[in-house]
Amino acid sequence: MEKIAFEQLQEELYYEKLGNGLDVYILPKKGFNKTYATFTTKYGSIDNHFKPFGKEEYVKVPDGIAHFLEHKLFEKEDGDVFQQFSRQGASANAFTSFTRTAYLFSSTSQVEQNLETLMDFVQEPYFTEKTVEKEKGIIGQEITMYDDNPDWRLYFGAIENMYKEHPVRIDIAGTIESISHITKDMLYECYETFYHPSNMLLFVVGPVDPNEVMKQIKENQSKKEYTDKPEIQRRFESEIEEVAQKKQVLEMNVQTSKCLVGIKAPSGEMSGKEMLKWELSVNLMLDILFGKSSRHYSELYSEGLIDDSFSYDYTQEQGFGFAMVGGDTPDAGKLAENLTAMLLAAKTGTNFTEENLGRATKKKIGNFLRAINSPEYIANQFTRYAFNEMDLFDVVPMLESIKLDDIRQAASSLIDEKRFTVCQVVPKK
Amino acid sequence: MGVISEAVKEMNGYKLHIVKSDKFKTNTIVWKMKAPLNKEGVTKRALLPHVLQSSTAAYPTTEKLRSYLDDLYGANLFVDVAKKGEYQILSFSIEIANEKFLSDPTPLLSKGLELLADILLNPLAQNGSFDSETVENEKRTLKQRIQSVYDDKMRYSSHRLVEEMCAGEPYALHVNGELDDVDNITAQDLYSYYQQAFAQDELDLYVIGDVAEAEVEAAVASLFDFAPRTPLEANLLSGIRKEEKVVKEPQDVKQGKLNIGFRTNVKYGDKDYYALQVFNGIYGGFSHSKLFHHVREKNSLAYYVASRLESHKGLMMVMSGIEFENFQLAVDIIKEQMEAMKSGDFSEEEIQQTKAVIENQMLETLDTARGIVEVIYHNVVSKAHVPLDQWMQSMQQTTKEDIIAVANKVNLDTIYFLTGMEAGK
Repeated sequence: MEKIAFEQLQEELYYEKLGNGLDVYILPKKGFNKTYATFTTKYGSIDNHFKPFGKEEYVKVPDGIAHFLEHKLFEKEDGDVFQQFSRQGASANAFTSFTRTAYLFSSTSQVEQNLETLMDFVQEPYFTEKTVEKEKGIIGQEITMYDDNPDWRLYFGAIENMYKEHPVRIDIAGTIESISHITKDMLYECYETFYHPSNMLLFVVGPVDPNEVMKQIKENQSKKEYTDKPEIQRRFESEIEEVAQKKQVLEMNVQTSKCLVGIKAPSGEMSGKEMLKWELSVNLMLDILFGKSSRHYSELYSEGLIDDSFSYDYTQEQGFGFAMVGGDTPDAGKLAENLTAMLLAAKTGTNFTEENLGRATKKKIGNFLRAINSPEYIANQFTRYAFNEMDLFDVVPMLESIKLDDIRQAASSLIDEKRFTVCQVVPKK
Repeated sequence: MGVISEAVKEMNGYKLHIVKSDKFKTNTIVWKMKAPLNKEGVTKRALLPHVLQSSTAAYPTTEKLRSYLDDLYGANLFVDVAKKGEYQILSFSIEIANEKFLSDPTPLLSKGLELLADILLNPLAQNGSFDSETVENEKRTLKQRIQSVYDDKMRYSSHRLVEEMCAGEPYALHVNGELDDVDNITAQDLYSYYQQAFAQDELDLYVIGDVAEAEVEAAVASLFDFAPRTPLEANLLSGIRKEEKVVKEPQDVKQGKLNIGFRTNVKYGDKDYYALQVFNGIYGGFSHSKLFHHVREKNSLAYYVASRLESHKGLMMVMSGIEFENFQLAVDIIKEQMEAMKSGDFSEEEIQQTKAVIENQMLETLDTARGIVEVIYHNVVSKAHVPLDQWMQSMQQTTKEDIIAVANKVNLDTIYFLTGMEAGK
């Protein structure tokens, strides 16, 4: 077991790669009541075209299957796993994103049993035709719930505008139609392909003894048979550089309009420190342009074009990435125009000064400290970073190393009218 | 393990609460102001914190104030307006980095306290009026905030249930105020309300983090000084309904939202409050509860179904998203499970499971500074002063008989259903 110390942050991280390929990280947090553990596979909604384990041909699976599988892992022959966790005083949950599926629990007692339950339920699938059919009703209601949610529709509408081929454009939960095709055999096929320990990461954070936890995990894993597995073969169609669609207007049963301006990231493979630097540079750039201390924010706010729902965000993963800026507005057309003009004007780099970079950097460092108060943030973000060969604990040193030129560079590569798209939700007439 | 120690000091016009903990990388300061909810004040009160956080005399624009916050390593300033029982509570929070985790040793907590004092006591104002441009901007944002509830159908249906169920009680007022009252508020009116609030409200200051008590107390004493007051008490009004009320509202939606309100007739600090917590946990509070099991897992009717307590008003709300045509089926199951609770149809295992999860939830809440403040602020609202270890102990000692007894105090009041245009005809 390897120990990595972060002196300034007064944290220590323990790591080991097990014989079956599983990456295990443990971060002791003294003084906390709760232990939080995530067991995550590098498998999300975008992994819908791949070579199943042991097969020669690529297959395409129905939209929403990764999320469906996540639901179904909780059900076992002798009942559902939620019951077992709560008998052990834990609360359990799971989520599926574009690139990951994570299973988690948090508890302040019986941590050892809960960790055992977490590893076992994820590694012992039990799918039947009957339980698969039953779940279609439940997930159907989850999908319908999102259909009525204008913020959700806005966000995913913007992504759909950007990507022509890439499966990031597909709803994570799929549609009622697409999930109707899911069978237990398809679930097993996805499970066998993506839930091998070598494609997974286990993170434990809390008031734990790292040696004992590591010992327990190793014992649990050594009892399970895993054959060595070749690298997973995923396939993605090649994606165009420009956005697929410049604009989409959704009419919904709302009183207030909403508007997002999206920017599609340049293509190209990126990972590790290069990706971290890029992601942080773009985030700093957006902070300088649209943070509450910015000139732009004040202008938009005093003109009445934005309110406190206004936000901005940048997401970068392998194979796709996007910035989103916007929120509720009385005039979706005018907000789109203003945001687009502000972004295009920023391409030249004149908005960026040593002073506003210094301020944005300080803010980001403070935000990072606040974020690592949260065991959930540490485990989830660390995993996301690790799957992209980045290290969460490089964030502060990387922020301190970013120069004005890096921000200008980011602005000049990202900002380009062909990458812009607009999605709006407006009241139904 | 886990139980916190809260030092409470009587200051001039307010109480200072300090919770020392070295587990956080930041220090958290929360200023709370409590006053009874009423029609006359509710909208001004909802507007006030947003005006105060926009600027100060020293930092007269949002751009300047927010730049200063960024310079303090992104000190996080936010305000909140909440309803607890028949009270409307304002919170001003500043979360600021603890410099011992930074390479820059500038002490930040004292700067955070000074800034909070500035925001509260030295606003951008003159001649008995706030800056009118700021007030106009915030009035517009407040209107948008009130309207936006309509667009989020889950929040909308929760809000509509309370409106229907508690009609005539102050609790029916919207926490962000009334849309029609916003326009009439002037910068002078708001300033008078501000002075009144600081003269009459019950005031509490919380400081959570790795701090030195004596230092904090001295700094706070020099920054905040108010006249003594006797806080106003809310009139507790609680309707008794003989027959359940059913409201169906048709709208252009895809999913029906079912919200059912019960009167628990039990409040925070009451002897049977702990049994009520366990009751709610067995019935619908968690993913092992009866509602989740019967409505979702057994009948596939919903993705979410849960019950939640409003501890200071004595309410329990059940909420679920379902197909329009499953309305009656879902209502029947929810009622059936309530009958099961009342007749004691639940096992010792369900009781133990629920107690374990409630204790876990409470301890987890104490792992965040905001959670600590929310938990201990219950004591201010209820005047019950229950230490946390006692809370935990009383909850654990609850028996099956206690739970049955409290279940029989719970009455269904109103069923609200947001349904489709066709289904609603």
